[in-house]
Order: sequence, then structure tokens, then C-alpha cells
Amino acid sequence: MKNPLKTALIFALCSVLQTSLVTAVQFKDMVFKAGHPSLQNWILPAVPMPKDNISTQASISLGKILFFDTRLSGDGNMSCASCHNPLFGWSDGLPTAKGHKSKVLARANPVITNTAFNSLQMWDGRKKTLEDQASGPLMSGDEMAVNLPVLIAFLNNNKQYTDMFAKAYPGQEINITTIAKALASFERTIISDNSPFDQWVKGDKKAMTTQQISGFKLFSNPDKGNCEVCHSAPNFTDNGFNNVGLASFGDKDADMGRYVQKPIGLMKGAFKTPTLRDITLSAPYFHDGSSNTLLEVVEHYRIGGIIKDNLSPNLKALTLSQAEMNDIVAFMEALTTKQEPFTLPIIPLSH
Amino acid sequence: MKTILSIVCAITLMSPYLHAAETYEIGQKDKDFTKKELTIKKGDTVKFKNLDPFFHNVFSLSDAKFFDLGSFPQGESKEVVFDETGEVEVECAIHPNMRMTIKVEE
Repeated sequence: MKNPLKTALIFALCSVLQTSLVTAVQFKDMVFKAGHPSLQNWILPAVPMPKDNISTQASISLGKILFFDTRLSGDGNMSCASCHNPLFGWSDGLPTAKGHKSKVLARANPVITNTAFNSLQMWDGRKKTLEDQASGPLMSGDEMAVNLPVLIAFLNNNKQYTDMFAKAYPGQEINITTIAKALASFERTIISDNSPFDQWVKGDKKAMTTQQISGFKLFSNPDKGNCEVCHSAPNFTDNGFNNVGLASFGDKDADMGRYVQKPIGLMKGAFKTPTLRDITLSAPYFHDGSSNTLLEVVEHYRIGGIIKDNLSPNLKALTLSQAEMNDIVAFMEALTTKQEPFTLPIIPLSH
Repeated sequence: MKTILSIVCAITLMSPYLHAAETYEIGQKDKDFTKKELTIKKGDTVKFKNLDPFFHNVFSLSDAKFFDLGSFPQGESKEVVFDETGEVEVECAIHPNMRMTIKVEE
């Protein structure tokens, strides 16, 4: 029997935590029962937005059209959705991305699901906001390689686009800032927050299976799965950076990841912790696309990584049986929100 | 008498420069620093103590103090002496949401 005062205190603490992205409930204080107060910090808060880009229906609609318009690329054949494709869980199903003229890039396309909650964007965190991030791939020569003045002229000569920009951002020019704002507004609608796990946390006892609840316990237990040390509440990421010992870090000219942004030894080969929400939709996994299944990912962590040079201090070899690994995978499968049909936008062709 | 007066005057005039170095403790708790801002004097020490059940790092790339304390587990602490004036941005490389500012004054 838990101490009622302690439970009340945890509930009060969780009420505060729900408004922030901080995890503070320790494993020893978690009670693995549907709807328990100690688990309420896993419920996602309202989608945060910058004061100068509060989403409106007009900005979201414009952003959605821009997101799918291939004419935003230099060759006119790639849109944001080419790499962040709803058919592939807002990624592309490839181990690593293919950019301009199908150039194979070094890193996997990250999903955009729940990136609205990220405090840093990109695998190496080099962009702070979705607005900052949205313009990056557009102008990168390796990615969409757009000629910005040509794009701005094109948009200004398309009446449907000028009308939509005027409605979304009245009094503002069509430029990279308003393009990025619109794209970010749309991206903030790609949210996963109603998975079986969410329903169980909110009190639906039948939302998760016994195996999935066991998997959640193992996931959170620092002496078993130790997953929550990085994949923490509420978005299953602490927005942190870790070298997780992937084989590719042993390659000649290995990707240094976060170290390029923050030249601290610990950051060599470190990459951002991705969310696990909707994770079943976006295989393969890791920044180098080296694992095809969630079970392979868990096995990687069980052995404590492959290349152990500069391994994150928060990683350790795990004592997990095959059944326990299966339980953790079953739990991760409970993190996917039921997918609704996605309606594609009509691209404005007229001039 | 004149000598004593001279010594008293000298001490009075130098008193701002006779600051005894102090040590301040900053915790690392719930993936955050326990203080967001701290103002100290040149020569003071800040002790960073990890209160979380996992590893943290502490570093700064600021001109006024450039350091990397590596990573350390719960219960352990590391110290830095701030010997230049200026504003020092302190971060944890593993958890970039952990940030604080130390203002080092003369």
C-alpha cells in the first residue's frame, strides 16, 4: 500500500510537471497502474509555439501546401515530403537520406512527428527552432538546393500563393522567413499523443496488454532496460546527445555528430535522442539507419553498444532475457497513435 | 600613531581587493542546474554536484572561462575556479537544456 500523502505529493508534482518538459519522477516512485498519478508527467502538454508565429488555419494550410510542393527544390522534383513522407511515418524508409540528384547523405531523415516539442532540431542539434530548421534543407546544396531568389519570384508570381501568404502573414513579404514560418506551422500539427500508452496513462486499463505494461517497467527501470535515462517523459526524449556505440563510429572519417556544434570530447559521435512516439512507423532506426527492427535496437543496447570508444557514460550493458527484450519491444509498439487517413493538399498550379 | 593610522587607511582603501575567495555549490538535479544565474567574485570557486541518478557533464566555451569537467555520476562533484571577470555560460553537453550563467565580477 503506497503512502497516501506521498501519492498526493507525486500527483501535485506531476500537475506542475505537465506544464513543462522535465522528468522528475524516479523509477522507485512510479506505480505501473493505468491512470496512476505518478505517471501523469507522460502526458504531452499543449503544443508550444513561438510568440511571433502562433499557428492559424491560414498558416497551417499554407505550410501544408508548401511542404508538399516539389517546386521548392532546385530541380523541381523534391519537396519536404520527399524525405518526411507521411507514407513512411514522416521519414522515408531509407537507411540514410537521398538528397539533390539522389546523392546519398550521411544521416537518416529524422521524423517530424512531435518535433514541435523539441528544444533543438536536427540529429546534431544545430538548429534551435522549427522555423530555423525549415529553411536549412531548402537551401542546402546537398538537399533541396533551391535558388532562393528564383523561388521567391515564383511564389510572388503565383496568385494563389500570394493570396495565401497575405492571409497567413498579412503585411509581411514572401521571403525565407515567412516560408519557414508556414512550414513550421504545418509541422506543429504532426503530433502523436493518443497512443494506447497515452490512453493507459489517462486511465484506460485495457489500452495496454500485460506484456506492454511489463515492457514499460523494464523500459523505465535503470537496472534493466535503462531506456528512460534518455527517452524520458513526456515525449520519450530528453533532447540530449549521446554516443550510443554504433558500428559506424568505428569507420574511417566517422560522423562526429554533435561534436561539430559543441567541441567537447564527450560529444564525438553523439547524436540527439529521438522520440519513440510512432516509432513503429519509421524503420530503419538510429541516425545511420543501421537497425531494421526495434528488437535489433534493444539488442544493441543489451550488449552495451558495439564501438565503445567515447561511449556515453549513461549507457551500460543490460541484463535482459529474450522475453524481457520482447516485452520492451511490445511496449514501444504501444507508443504509436492510430493513424488516420491523411489528406494531401491541392498544389496551386495557376500563375 | 602615524604608522598605525597609515595601516588602517591602507586596509580601508584596499578592502575591496581583500575579498576572501568563496566556494559556491550548484546542483545538477532533474536534468537542470539548481540555479539559472549566479554572481560571484573573481577568484571564487563553483562546485558542481550531480544529484541525479545518471551521469552529467559540465562545460563552458565562454571567453571568460573555457573548461570541460568531463562526466561524473550521482554524488560526485567537480570544482572550477573562476579567475577572470566576465559572463560564463555553463552547460551540460549530454543534456543541452541544462544551462546557467555565472557572472564573475571584480
